Amino acid sequence: MNEFLRKLLFLPPQLSQHARDVDGLHFFVIITTMVAGLLIFATALVFMIRYRRRQEGESTPEVQPKHWHEAVFVGVPLAFFLLWFAIGYPQYVETTQPPPGAMDVFVQGKKWMWKFAYQGGPSSLDVLRVPVGRPVRLLITSRDVIHSFYVPELRLKQDALPGRYTQTWFQAEQPGRYQVFCAEYCGLSHSGMLAELVVLPAAEFDAWIADQRRGEARAQDAALSAGEQALPGSSILEQGRRVAADQGCLKCHSVDGTRHIGPTFIDLYGRQEKLTTGEVITADEAYLTRSMMDPAAQLVAGYQNVMPSFQGRMTPPEVAAVVEYIKSLKTPAVAAGPSEGPVYEPTPRK
Amino acid sequence: MSQHLESSPPVYAERNYLNTPATGLKSWLTTLDHKRIGVMFLIATLFFFAVGGLFAMLIRIELLTPGPTIMDAMTYNRLFTLHGVVMIFLFMIPAIPSGFGNFLLPIMVGAKDVAFPRLNLLSFYIYLLGAVIALGGMIYGGADTGWTFYTPYSTTTTTKVVPILLGAFILGFSSILTGLNFIVTVHTLRAPGITWNKLPLFVWSIYGTSVIQILATPVLGMTLLLVAIEHAFGWGIFDPGRGGDPVLFQHFFWFYSHPAVYIMVLPAMAVISEVVCAFSHKNIFGYKAVAYSSLGIAFVGFFTWGHHLFTSGQSAFNAGIFGVLSMFVGIFTAIKIFNWVATMYRGSISFKTPFLYFIGFLFFLFFGGMTGIALATVSLDIHWQDTYFVVAHFHFIMVGSTIMAFLAALHYWWPKITGRMYNERWGLVGATLVVSGFVFTFLPQFLLGNEGMPRRYFNYPERFQALNVASTAGASVLGIGFLIILIYILVSLKYGPVAGPNPWGSRGYEWLTPSPPPLENFDVLPAFERGPHEYHELPGSESAAPGAGTSHA
Amino acid sequence: MHSAVAHHFESLEKQGQAQRLGMWLFLATEVLLFTALFAAYGVYRYLYTGAFSQASRGLETWMGGVNTFVLVTSSFTVAMGLDAIVKGKNKRTGLLFGLSILLGCTFMVLKGFEYRHHFLHAELPGPFYGGPIAGSGGSMFFALYFLITGLHAFHVLIGMTVLGVIGARTWLGKYDAEHHVPVELAGLYWHLVDLIWIFVFPLLYLI
Ligand code: HEA
Ligand code: HEA
Ligand code: HEC
Ligand code: CUA
Ligand SMILES: [Cu+2]
Repeated sequence: MNEFLRKLLFLPPQLSQHARDVDGLHFFVIITTMVAGLLIFATALVFMIRYRRRQEGESTPEVQPKHWHEAVFVGVPLAFFLLWFAIGYPQYVETTQPPPGAMDVFVQGKKWMWKFAYQGGPSSLDVLRVPVGRPVRLLITSRDVIHSFYVPELRLKQDALPGRYTQTWFQAEQPGRYQVFCAEYCGLSHSGMLAELVVLPAAEFDAWIADQRRGEARAQDAALSAGEQALPGSSILEQGRRVAADQGCLKCHSVDGTRHIGPTFIDLYGRQEKLTTGEVITADEAYLTRSMMDPAAQLVAGYQNVMPSFQGRMTPPEVAAVVEYIKSLKTPAVAAGPSEGPVYEPTPRK
Repeated sequence: MSQHLESSPPVYAERNYLNTPATGLKSWLTTLDHKRIGVMFLIATLFFFAVGGLFAMLIRIELLTPGPTIMDAMTYNRLFTLHGVVMIFLFMIPAIPSGFGNFLLPIMVGAKDVAFPRLNLLSFYIYLLGAVIALGGMIYGGADTGWTFYTPYSTTTTTKVVPILLGAFILGFSSILTGLNFIVTVHTLRAPGITWNKLPLFVWSIYGTSVIQILATPVLGMTLLLVAIEHAFGWGIFDPGRGGDPVLFQHFFWFYSHPAVYIMVLPAMAVISEVVCAFSHKNIFGYKAVAYSSLGIAFVGFFTWGHHLFTSGQSAFNAGIFGVLSMFVGIFTAIKIFNWVATMYRGSISFKTPFLYFIGFLFFLFFGGMTGIALATVSLDIHWQDTYFVVAHFHFIMVGSTIMAFLAALHYWWPKITGRMYNERWGLVGATLVVSGFVFTFLPQFLLGNEGMPRRYFNYPERFQALNVASTAGASVLGIGFLIILIYILVSLKYGPVAGPNPWGSRGYEWLTPSPPPLENFDVLPAFERGPHEYHELPGSESAAPGAGTSHA
Repeated sequence: MHSAVAHHFESLEKQGQAQRLGMWLFLATEVLLFTALFAAYGVYRYLYTGAFSQASRGLETWMGGVNTFVLVTSSFTVAMGLDAIVKGKNKRTGLLFGLSILLGCTFMVLKGFEYRHHFLHAELPGPFYGGPIAGSGGSMFFALYFLITGLHAFHVLIGMTVLGVIGARTWLGKYDAEHHVPVELAGLYWHLVDLIWIFVFPLLYLI
């Protein structure tokens, strides 16, 4: 029955007990609505047929309601409405009260990516890994505008507000991969602000997180201090690549020549860029840095002014690392000689 | 065209508001006559309906396939914003109250005009000014914030939000002035014989609408102004970076915009109460219940705004209060629906085009309303908030029921406004196409919402495509339907048969005067002995029921 | 019938009734316009209690106090003007309205000095704030301060214009004891402007 109705209504699979409860209420509401609708429209249909006009100028009697009519009109729907509310409201309250001992994950929305950080340091971009069968509490915030964390399979949604934390919790019951949407309009790439929820068997998750903790000896909450962490030692290009990924540059800039929200990074260094003002400039270190700190100042022709400023969000060593990384990105063919202007062809839009 | 009309002698008021005192464009633009102002509002709002509809069609084509179909993301984001803004502020809010309300309300209370005719004309020009500014903003670049203008997105985006906000701010004053005018007119200009309990239900509902317009619009005006100031100067009222509270904006916005949805639906109910009586040829079942429930909606509607904020992190206590109160708002609509259905009982129902729209209206209001109640149960809303389920909910109510009522009004009062009849057979075709196209467009969207597709999505995962294609297909039927209506109704202006004062055999007061009405509405003021919804025979009097086409003028 | 009766009213009395009702409704919308700002003030006062009371103590309370006195007096002179026109003394009403406008000017000048003071001390809204209060409270207070007092000052200007036009027309004898509703409505508007200040003053200066 549950499965049948779920499929009939196009509802996604139920990943938690909460999802099952909510669907139960959904079915109750929809069935009552259908029955009530059927009764009302059947009555209307009977009236329309029975009392259709048979000749012009027919006269009709005056019919006035009795008190009990109005009482029924008010009482019956109100009883149902309040009953639904009495079922639905506690379900909602439950999602606002995480059970003690839930595992905390910090969620940070930012144009247009999700960043997940676990206690003890590990963090990841656009992939939220959780163990099966354990309650997980999400502490959600945003770096810029309002976003909303939404997993249809969990029947859960919570806005990510800049400047404050909101929370919700869930307990997934089946391992698998599920899509996370951003459900609050947040600009150009709102519909591209997707992430993945990966539910792992508990043991696998434990192994993963232990691995992460070992690998990244970050003592702090990444979400709370993003941007201020010391760079883990490795080559500067590797650091640059990692910062670019963590900061989300790669959400808008490709490194393989494809045109995305922003211009590609490949062969950017030394390229002649035409600006919206008509001016042509050469992309040198200063320009690259300025583009990160004050992107609106010089806009590349053909692109929207949507790049956020990274002023204060990256430490100077990080900025330097990113610049070095961008400088290293060259197509093999021209890597040997001096830069010969733009080599990449913007892929034609459909 | 029905039989009896052709047999009755054509009655066309020779001197009417359309040709007295003059017919030139100037005489229209400077007119103080509420009927002409109403007609001008109707034309303007219909124009914006077509503009908004065009945007809607582009949206639907874009959503035919995942990824870019005919435009890029930026264009799409602007389009749905402009679609929402145009449809709500430029079409839906003024259409029935300022258009039909202006035309009919003074006639229905037996007045020569509204209380402040100059203010009325001013209201029209303020509307035009707001529309021009908003339109200018759109041509100049348009905003990409959604019609809800949520901060801090709206205060930081680089698109041209300020002219759009300013336009909406100015339009608010038009709405306030009209509402004010109506309230004063109903209070002070009722003709002798029209007591509060003999007021047409149309007037009751418009009265309720006016109350909301007056109470809610100033708050919206202030809020939009704050956003504009914030965008222009960065004063920080809603900017979390400066200690502001972005959710406060949402409270302010919905404090207006929830009541605003009743500004849109109450006039629709106003129309339907008239139509159901006229075409069932029967008295309204439960006059008082229908009349007072309008005021109930106007009142309780002010305390439910928080149901738009269930996922925004407001306290669970707030969510509970707003949820419960939303349930109570539903009751007033339920009362009306039951009473309309009961009105048909023992009636004499004639299935003219307005009545067909009444059937469509009933269907959409019921399902649109019940999905509203489902949304208000809080836990379900968490899944549906900002998905296509919400889009379907409000299109069911706003497009479904309100546009049905708008079309019912257009057909029902067309002979009164123009003196001519439209073609009934084409009317049937149009109504069938619009109602079925409508179901096809928005039913799939409920399912899309269930499946989890968020709204305002330029791009979507492949699995949502089938339902999107269905929705687009439905929209094209809808578009064709509207086009047909537009054509036959324009044709009838010239070729339609003359209607006579009362082609429907209605008891409404507006049918006691010739069509089109004379300059000051009544050549001789009737006594208004009967209620506007009374169809039964009075004891002693024979053939008291006016046969269709009988002249009273 | 009186020449001032519009064609669609049956009598002057009825027309006056309509105009009064219309004015009261309009005043209600004006009050609601300010209510949005007061609500915002309430919310932020709650969020930044300390900063707000500190900023509020920094205002020139005596200037606000004098201004309150000035406005209340002007309301009084307007009321006297109304009383005069009811008795048919139109010149007297014109003079009293003129006096009220002068008081309104006094209010605006004092307000101007206050603003100057704030500008000199960089007590300005949002990013322009350079005052002593740390955190966001100070700039928020002054954002709201300027919005509320600015909007109120704008209303004072409108009110002065209305009083000016109606006062001049009264002086010229356009209104008399029988037909004085416009005079009354102009007065009502001025009372509203005054009344709003009566709310603004304690809200911003005292608590
Ligand atoms: C004309 C417009 C209109 C109307 C009339 C309504 C009417 C209602 N709306 Fe709707 N709504 C909108 C326009 C409208 N709405 C819009 C535009 C949005 C989205 C805005 C945006 O975000 O862009 C929205 C969004 C919206 C939400 C938020 C969704 C979200 O974003 O998460 C909610 C939540 O509670 C809601 C609830 C309701 C309720 C309870 C009613 C009630 O008034 C409905 C009452 C009617 C009935 C209940 C039907 C009659 C009942 C019977 C006949 C009873 C018979 C039943 C039995 C016997 C069981 N609406
Ligand atoms: C009253 C308001 C109203 C009306 C009538 C409509 C009408 C339609 N709307 Fe819209 N819609 C909104 C209000 C309205 N909408 C709002 C507020 C939003 C939210 C915006 C936001 O997110 O910010 C929205 C969003 C919205 C979306 C979601 C976009 C997104 O979230 O990404 C979609 C998608 O399908 C849509 C589709 C449609 C369609 C197909 C119609 C069709 O019904 C249109 C059919 C009309 C025509 C085709 C016009 C043809 C007319 C003529 C040719 C002349 C007719 C003349 C006479 C009848 C005389 N609308
Ligand atoms: C929101 C999407 C977005 C993000 C995130 C983003 N950018 Fe950009 N970026 C753009 C766009 C769009 C442009 C082109 C318009 C402009 O010049 O501002 C651009 C331009 C640039 C340029 C100039 C490119 C040229 O061709 O001249 C550089 C350099 C740059 N970005 C670096 C970065 C770095 C480094 C990061 C991460 C720290 C980053 N961007 C993050 C969207 C983005
Ligand atoms: Cu982030 Cu939408
Ligand atoms: Cu609402």
